[in-house]
Amino acid sequence: MIRIDSVTKRYPDGTVAVDRLSLEIPDRSITVLVGPSGCGKTTTLRMINRMVEPSEGTILIDGVDSRQQPVNTLRRSMGYVIQNAGLFQHRTILDNIATVPRMLGWGKEKSRARARELMERVGLDGTLAKRYPYQLSGGQQQRVGVARALAADPPVLLMDEPFSAVDPVVRKGLQDELLRIQDELGKTIVFVTHDIDEAVKLGTTVAVLRTGGKLAQFAPPAELLSRPADDFVEDFLGADRGIRRLSFFPAAGLELLTTPVVAVDATAERIAEAGAADTPYLLVTDADGRPLGWSEPRDLTAGAITADRLLPYGRPFVAGTDSLRSALDCAVLSPTGWAVAVDASGRATGVVSQQVIAEAIRGAHARIGADAARDADTEPDDGKARKVAP
Amino acid sequence: MSELFDLPSDLQNSYLGLVGLHLREALIPVLVGLLVALPVAQLCVRVRWLYAPVLWVTTVLYAIPSLAFFVILIDYTGLSELTVMIPLAVYSLVVLVPAIVDGVRSVPQETLAAATAMGFGPVRRYVQVQLPIAAPAIIAGLRVASVSSVSLVSVGMLIGNEGALGNLLNSGLTYNQPRLIWLSVVGTAVLALLVDAALIGLRVLLTPWMPRATRRNKVRALTVKEAVR
Ligand SMILES: Nc1ncnc2c1ncn2[C@@H]1O[C@H](COP(=O)(O)OP(=O)(O)O)[C@@H](O)[C@H]1O
Ligand SMILES: [Mg+2]
Repeated sequence: MIRIDSVTKRYPDGTVAVDRLSLEIPDRSITVLVGPSGCGKTTTLRMINRMVEPSEGTILIDGVDSRQQPVNTLRRSMGYVIQNAGLFQHRTILDNIATVPRMLGWGKEKSRARARELMERVGLDGTLAKRYPYQLSGGQQQRVGVARALAADPPVLLMDEPFSAVDPVVRKGLQDELLRIQDELGKTIVFVTHDIDEAVKLGTTVAVLRTGGKLAQFAPPAELLSRPADDFVEDFLGADRGIRRLSFFPAAGLELLTTPVVAVDATAERIAEAGAADTPYLLVTDADGRPLGWSEPRDLTAGAITADRLLPYGRPFVAGTDSLRSALDCAVLSPTGWAVAVDASGRATGVVSQQVIAEAIRGAHARIGADAARDADTEPDDGKARKVAP
Repeated sequence: MSELFDLPSDLQNSYLGLVGLHLREALIPVLVGLLVALPVAQLCVRVRWLYAPVLWVTTVLYAIPSLAFFVILIDYTGLSELTVMIPLAVYSLVVLVPAIVDGVRSVPQETLAAATAMGFGPVRRYVQVQLPIAAPAIIAGLRVASVSSVSLVSVGMLIGNEGALGNLLNSGLTYNQPRLIWLSVVGTAVLALLVDAALIGLRVLLTPWMPRATRRNKVRALTVKEAVR
């Protein structure tokens, strides 16, 4: 565990970048430092590997003052990833990744073998090994940056806005990749960003810093969204935090209606039964059960259902893994106001109305409220809100 | 054909001998200049305020005519090669110091931060990161310094027999033999071009990591910048 203990950083020009900051960074999880530009995130991160020395306070690594060991030993036990990757432009991709192992005396062959292994792990094609950084896209360079930081298998990974300079599509890919890698490796990651969405998506715990390097709130993302500590945090979270918060509520509990779902080849009897469900629309699926579109019950005649006469259904949500946010989004996008639930293979498992989703949201809020009342007495349980796909 | 390259006996050398001598007298000073410029430049990078005065000193030294240098040096080093080479080494600093400083400073902040974060000490960082990335700029400086050194060696004729191809020019004038003058002037020019080409080759060899398209333009821009300085 990394413990930042009332640390202050005053730069020689008098700027107080970090002010009596205390944080406990738990092992094997992603702790995100988020806040507006200039609030001291980089300074905090760099104090952990001593690229910046604290003016006051101490940083403890597994209970030991970080100044107890030689600075370069400390640094080699912490991978560091930055914006624009900071690759060595004069070295091949393979040699870039092998840098720290080589420095630790692993030998050329072993280091390169390790580098190849890491290229695969971060999703880089092996054919890029002999290329130079200028021959790679920004997203690929960033992957190399992550691979290089992981090369010597350090327990800690420090990441300073690593994905800020790439376009949104690539960024999403890199974020997903980081979560996947983290699932496999379980590093202690300290991740700096100014993007609250990124913080909420990646963080097990999020530390919101305000200008002047003061800690505004330190909480799991779900709690941050449901109970911002003050106006600053609420403001920083943005206007749609209510909607975003739904990402943390699973859609699995939604009560799905299966009666209004009919296959194109359904019998007149089945259609009549579906019509009796008393929903304004019926969902028509293909013979395999994949959704095709909506239709009013009276427009359906057995044996004469044509897909092109159906109303589009927007986009389905995956009942088992998606969140209430996703379900609500599907209902809002659907012209009928009903969301279509599918299983992992894309077959319709039922339909659900906006009203039912709204009730589920109210129910989830009520549970959170009850939890909050209980937590008021007991210590909060770290990382209790397991994120579901938004 | 062989008569074309026949030289008067008082030069005590063959044409090829003079070419070899010329190269030696021109390039050893540049090499020494580089060895001096590297630490000086590194000091200028580390201690920012030093750069301006250091640049000023190299410029002033460059402004001293070689003849003045010879007059001072003859008391110590006599009528020797060394008397010619010392001023040339000093002159090369005016190009090499800024070339190295600019090259080292052109290393991106992120790259330096990444190196530090990976546990590079200052020496390792300088040798393994800053110098290699500065190599194109340094070689650009070496090209200007070498070419000007090749052309400057000839003034060595002023102190007797130490001007290499320059002595040939002197003989040509004394014996009124245009052939010798041509041999000297064309020889010097060809030598300068060859040295330049060799350095370009060295750069291509050392920097496979530079984008092909911009490589030529970037280095040319640097060369021009340094030449103007
Ligand atoms: N080397 C430095 N000298 C003086 N002030 C600095 C230095 N580095 C950062 N600062 C100042 O400290 C504050 C925090 O900077 P930083 O940690 O980089 O913020 P962030 O990463 O959150 O944008 C800013 O006001 C910045 O201008
Ligand atoms: Mg920053």
